[in-house]
Amino acid sequence: MINIEIDGQAVAVENGRTVMDAAHEIGKYIPHFCYHKKLSIAASCRMCLVQVEKAPKPLPACATPVVEGMKVHTHSEYAVKAQQGVMEFLLINHPLDCPICDQGGECMLQDVAMGYGGVGTRFTEAKHQVLGKPLGALISAEEMSRCIHCTRCVRFGQEVAGVMELGMANRGEFSAIMTFVQSSVDSELSGNMIDLCPVGALTSKPFRYTARSWELSRRKSVSPHDSLGSNLTVQVKNGRVARVTPLENEAVNECWISDRDRFSYEGLNSAERLTKPMLKQDGKWIEVEWQAALEYVANALRQIGNGAGAEHIGALATGTSTAEELYLLQKLVRGLGSENVDFRLRQADFSADGKRAGAPWLGMEVAEIGKADRLLLVGSFLRKDHPLLAHRVRDAVKKGGQLNVVHSADDDLLVDVANKAIVAPSDLRAVLTQILAALAESKQAMLSNDVQAAVAGVVPSAEARSIAGSLASGSNVAVLLGNFAAQHPEAAQLQRLAQEIAALTSAKFGFLGESANSVGGYLVNAVPGVGGLNAAAMLDQPRKAYLLLNVEAELDTANSQQAVAAMKAADLVVAMSAYKHGAVDYADVLLPIAPFTETSGTFVSTEGRVQSFKGAVKPLGEARPAWKVLRVLGNLLDVAGFDYDSSEAVRADALPENVAPALNNKLDGVAVSATANVAAGLQRVPDVPIYATDSIVRRAPSLQQTRDAATPTVAMNAAELAKLGAGCGDSVKVSQGQGSATLVAKADDTLPAGVVRVAAGHPATAALGAMFGTISVERA
Amino acid sequence: MLSEQVQAKTDRELKKYPADQKQSAVMAALRFVQDEKGWISSDDMADVAAYLGMPKMAVYEVATFYHMYNLKPMGKNTLTVCTNLSCTLCGAHDVLEHLEHKLGVGLNEVTADGKFGIREGECMGACVAAPLLTVNNKRICSHLTSEKIDQLLAELDKQ
Repeated sequence: MINIEIDGQAVAVENGRTVMDAAHEIGKYIPHFCYHKKLSIAASCRMCLVQVEKAPKPLPACATPVVEGMKVHTHSEYAVKAQQGVMEFLLINHPLDCPICDQGGECMLQDVAMGYGGVGTRFTEAKHQVLGKPLGALISAEEMSRCIHCTRCVRFGQEVAGVMELGMANRGEFSAIMTFVQSSVDSELSGNMIDLCPVGALTSKPFRYTARSWELSRRKSVSPHDSLGSNLTVQVKNGRVARVTPLENEAVNECWISDRDRFSYEGLNSAERLTKPMLKQDGKWIEVEWQAALEYVANALRQIGNGAGAEHIGALATGTSTAEELYLLQKLVRGLGSENVDFRLRQADFSADGKRAGAPWLGMEVAEIGKADRLLLVGSFLRKDHPLLAHRVRDAVKKGGQLNVVHSADDDLLVDVANKAIVAPSDLRAVLTQILAALAESKQAMLSNDVQAAVAGVVPSAEARSIAGSLASGSNVAVLLGNFAAQHPEAAQLQRLAQEIAALTSAKFGFLGESANSVGGYLVNAVPGVGGLNAAAMLDQPRKAYLLLNVEAELDTANSQQAVAAMKAADLVVAMSAYKHGAVDYADVLLPIAPFTETSGTFVSTEGRVQSFKGAVKPLGEARPAWKVLRVLGNLLDVAGFDYDSSEAVRADALPENVAPALNNKLDGVAVSATANVAAGLQRVPDVPIYATDSIVRRAPSLQQTRDAATPTVAMNAAELAKLGAGCGDSVKVSQGQGSATLVAKADDTLPAGVVRVAAGHPATAALGAMFGTISVERA
Repeated sequence: MLSEQVQAKTDRELKKYPADQKQSAVMAALRFVQDEKGWISSDDMADVAAYLGMPKMAVYEVATFYHMYNLKPMGKNTLTVCTNLSCTLCGAHDVLEHLEHKLGVGLNEVTADGKFGIREGECMGACVAAPLLTVNNKRICSHLTSEKIDQLLAELDKQ
């Protein structure tokens, strides 16, 4: 520890830390712009100049390491004069347009100028002008004259987002922040640059000029879009969500959020919002009162229960529903006498059900990912599925960790990948088996019965050997199964293999988790019990009645074709939804429920963190929180235990006080097959595009204008494409079962032979069948 | 794609730096491109970026920072006249005026036949020879007078 003195106050900090760190330690404020605790030191703004005794000139606090006995003065006449001098320079070219600047009221420059700026300027020459730049649909860089060249946005790109999209071009007074030849900023974390910009140069395009910061009330919330559970500040003006910014939580999202978390709020105010309960009568939708709608649902359910039997009732929910909603849904269905309830809509393999030791989860804390020295990532479109977990992985690699990837597509993870095996979906199991075989060989370890047969006689490929070698050489290993692995038709076997690999490498292993309540859904038992049908079976063996919670059957399911057919054939489909969506074609009742900003609820994140939130605004129109809707339905149907008067009361019943003991990825009794898969025809490789994951995101216009939201293509490697006589850019027709879609072909040589990458979850591909399965492609 | 010659020269340059710091060769690589083509297009910058495994924007930063890279075609012979203090005191602006008059083009312009382009330069570190200009950043022509400039133009014109 180094002892120094700041403004007469003694402070001890670790060697290598800076004066700025020491000042923060004792809560002392030193004005700054370019310094940011999460970014590298640039020392380019000079605003943090302080007086250090015996130093011949003022020193920048952010870049001056502490030295034993150092005496620092942050507010001495000498220091303040230096700070005022810097401020005067910074304001030379900065336009004095605060009244029309979107940053006004929450601007660091404005604040610091109040403290250190003069009342006038000695600079009478012309101010420098910088032209605005087009950066895409999310970030506005119209007023680049305001830029003070702190390079926070540039460093964020390099150090956190993993891709340097913005840079400082030109020199001296002509230097300006821009992208390479007017390209857009496409990083899925780009919105953080808006927060980082200390002035009004980079502002939020959707939010611009809609509110002043002092008009907004701020409410804490939790993101429903991925399993991380990023903490949010939902900012509200006049009862509408005006914008969303991160709420710092070092253990979860640090001080960042993904663009999906930040800009999805636009979908909350979409014109497609369902605001009145609706009934379909004689093929026509009519608006009705809540009472009438709920009584209709209760009667219809009772009729089906009494007639065909309760087992003909099925309930499907998405994992973006709150734990309270999922709990009440399963309680309602079980109260009616049916075990058919599930929230794992994109999952295809349910053979692990009944064999799990607990709820599948990340298997570690989120922060531990960044500390791992060896990682194995199995089946994950990591960057798009979990933008901030990708940042944690990049962090681990930056610290010297090795990332190994087993997947069916080779998207750029913006990080060095030590070893990778990119194979067709049907070969994922084989690759993991080979890795396990290589590990077993080198460690001379006994394998458990479940995998012994599969590993016997397996000759590991060179890639499998290098992955095994990498994992074996680590002391802090993490094995992570992505959404692709969880949705894979052999998900249980993949999990079993990962468990075995983890056991041999003393690794932690787990699932990254598909949605906000991927863990919560298990904890509240929103999964079928004995004799119940899981999500796939409920659609495979059509039910007479379906209760849909937040589900868009044509987009949220593993087999959209089958799901829509089942809905159309059903006697009763009750869609509880915040939006008027495809359900108008197949539902009989539409019940308007509140999205996450309009209801209280709980998400259990992938690391088992239970995070409750309150509604930030009142429900739109006549929409109601789903837990209240389900409570009334329970009462109308005379199901016992539905007299909750708050979501907290539901939560108390739904979740244990401490969820940790209920989390366990262990799987026993799932034998890994010893026979190799034989692929017949082309296999589909499905990704769920980042801005197609749930109903709110799909209706956020700005996100839908980004490159990541472009209409899906049909990607194949060039040789496969040539076999069809098609080329890049040609129109091709992909078909599965009865359905087909005509899309543009794209050559992608990183894809293995025999696969076709076609996204799921998107209206353009909703007519297709199983996410994983054979698919045929022909020239259109 | 960078031409074979540029690739070969860049490879030679890369040997001077650690294998994991390939971007150290960016200035040299850009110089080789300019030697070959006379200027550096944004496509070339993207090629250099791909070759050295660095972000395109980082190459763009370098290319726009240093004055000697031509970011648009500047003719077969780029005449860069130093206009910093020593040269200006010794008549750099007369040199510019004479060049502009003689070639019929202004600063940052190229003659119609594509033979000459005029640029303004920063100090070449040879103030003793002021006023001066460089030809394609390779050759310094010092103590310029109208006669010397005419001579130089005639000589370059013949090449």
